[in-house]
Amino acid sequence: MSSTTNTTTIGTIGAPSRRNTELALLVFAVIIPVFAYINVGLAKEETVPAGVLGYTLGLGLLAGVAHLVVRKWAPYADPLMLPIATLLNGLGLVFIWRLDQEPQISTPQLGGAMAPGQLMWSTLGVALFLGVLIFLKDHRVLQRYTYISMVVALVLLISPIFFPARFGARIWITIPGVGSLQPGEFAKIIIAIFFAGYLMVKRDALALASRRFMGLYLPRGRDLGPILVIWALSLMILVFETDLGTSLLFFGLFVIMLYVATERTSWIVFGLLLSAGGAVAVATFESHVQVRVHNWLNPLELLNGGVTETAQAMYSFGSGGILGSGLGQGYSRLIGGIAPKSDYILATVGEEIGLAGLMAILMLYGLLIERGIRTALAARDPFGKLLAVGLSGAFALQVFVVAGGVTGLIPLTGMTMPFLAQGGSSVIANWALVAILLRISDTARRPAPTPAPSTDAEMTQVVRP
Amino acid sequence: MSELTLTVMRLGFLAVLWLFVIVAVQVIRSDLFGTRVTQRGAARRGAQEPRAQRQPAAPPQQQQRRQEGGRGNNRQRRGAPTKLVVSEGSLTGTTVALQGQTISLGRAHDSTIVLDDDYASSRHARIYPDRDGQWIVEDLGSTNGTYLDRTRLTTPTPIPLGAPIRIGKTVIELRK
Repeated sequence: MSSTTNTTTIGTIGAPSRRNTELALLVFAVIIPVFAYINVGLAKEETVPAGVLGYTLGLGLLAGVAHLVVRKWAPYADPLMLPIATLLNGLGLVFIWRLDQEPQISTPQLGGAMAPGQLMWSTLGVALFLGVLIFLKDHRVLQRYTYISMVVALVLLISPIFFPARFGARIWITIPGVGSLQPGEFAKIIIAIFFAGYLMVKRDALALASRRFMGLYLPRGRDLGPILVIWALSLMILVFETDLGTSLLFFGLFVIMLYVATERTSWIVFGLLLSAGGAVAVATFESHVQVRVHNWLNPLELLNGGVTETAQAMYSFGSGGILGSGLGQGYSRLIGGIAPKSDYILATVGEEIGLAGLMAILMLYGLLIERGIRTALAARDPFGKLLAVGLSGAFALQVFVVAGGVTGLIPLTGMTMPFLAQGGSSVIANWALVAILLRISDTARRPAPTPAPSTDAEMTQVVRP
Repeated sequence: MSELTLTVMRLGFLAVLWLFVIVAVQVIRSDLFGTRVTQRGAARRGAQEPRAQRQPAAPPQQQQRRQEGGRGNNRQRRGAPTKLVVSEGSLTGTTVALQGQTISLGRAHDSTIVLDDDYASSRHARIYPDRDGQWIVEDLGSTNGTYLDRTRLTTPTPIPLGAPIRIGKTVIELRK
């Protein structure tokens, strides 16, 4: 209740749990990929594909179990995140299966058909999603592990240096006989936990101790320490792992969270200056980065003749036009290798469902990120706020880095489109990320416990009729 | 498969994809109006209704009496104070509606009334209703004491209407 002389009361509307909305959207989110699956089959083979029943049941089962667990363990969670994640994951499976139908890029040397593997990884991802929702009762528990998560994240980020580079970047850990995984995908969640815990404690020092100069708050020299350390680390990732994406994600995430924690625009200015300076400096002597930048600036000339993948992706978008060529009727196999299934899956999307479809997909990513930021606004504890901003910021940066790379806005980096692209680590880590966001939103949207009825009023009524 | 079927499926797919996006945005709309602003009077009337429903078997004259009380001063007892007013000190003019909750006074940030006063302790005093709805002031072991009229409080004391309670340089009163 407000206390001063104003005559209005501001109270939150008791949020309904919206679980039925979520269920309806989930049904929708399962039907759309099934429709796409049938469409690809009709276009390629002129028959409804044989696996359609199994695929429908599998995706429906995953979505159904996830929904029931959310209903039981996070009843007030946001109703949109799970359906959007399911839809993106389902569409990703359809696009990978569709590219598996191209014999040129599904040879055994290139790994063969990848849709079954991706389905398995998605199942594991949903299992991890369920595990996080069931066992993480309160996101504030994560705050206890602030500095442990720092160590774990650093280990995860540094470990790929000791493994051989693949496709020009050292971002994989290879375990013989088991496979390989990209630790950077998991590090982005764990590093967000560290940043949230650290900034919650230190933000007053970083925000208040400053001088004003030309409209900017200049922090004291020693308060520049953390941002410089993170900057140096992200540059080292760029130099030793030659991976622009992870480096950008890591540094960008810190700048975003620093800005949100301190409300000082100067941190964004510093962040942009530092990252621009660092990127230019590294690009002058690191050959792998130079090649990427060269391909970005001159997509039509490859060093050994021919055109680059960047140019091929541009041709895909161009051939798709506004409404696209139709599912299963594009030529994105011409990009070659397994790139169309992983880094360049957006090119296939853009060619086969056109600008209209690509915009719808980007809208879905935007909506998912918006729900994350909305969760941060609604969260009542500062750690939850910062963590929600960090996780949705990491997701947003990843979408930006990949989509920007494929569409030629920035040099291409070796990251995967969350949920859509082929890649086990990515899909598992992103399901865990969505689970943590759902947990925070459940806490944030849960109605406040009703206060005990005033004994005063009750007693007087009973005693004095 | 005929060209026509594939074209229809292609456009149909785009349509359902966008339909999903639009439905999702519609779901978000409910969040845009996340807070409700109500006039005090309306809120009070709204708050009374559930209380009346809770005891449907109450005798008619009791209900009538309760309604009278509600209309008069928002409390069951006639002549009971409805608000606490700061009449002297840096917070002069501040009022707090008395709704049966305990009001804490002091320099601590979580107090109901945060006193910015060198003579106040961090948890200085509290004002709360007893079982009969009589408001009581209690000193919480403050350094400089809480005064009701001219007397320093040693025990929880009922507050007469309009009597000044002095804490440091701040004076508060209960009013109708």
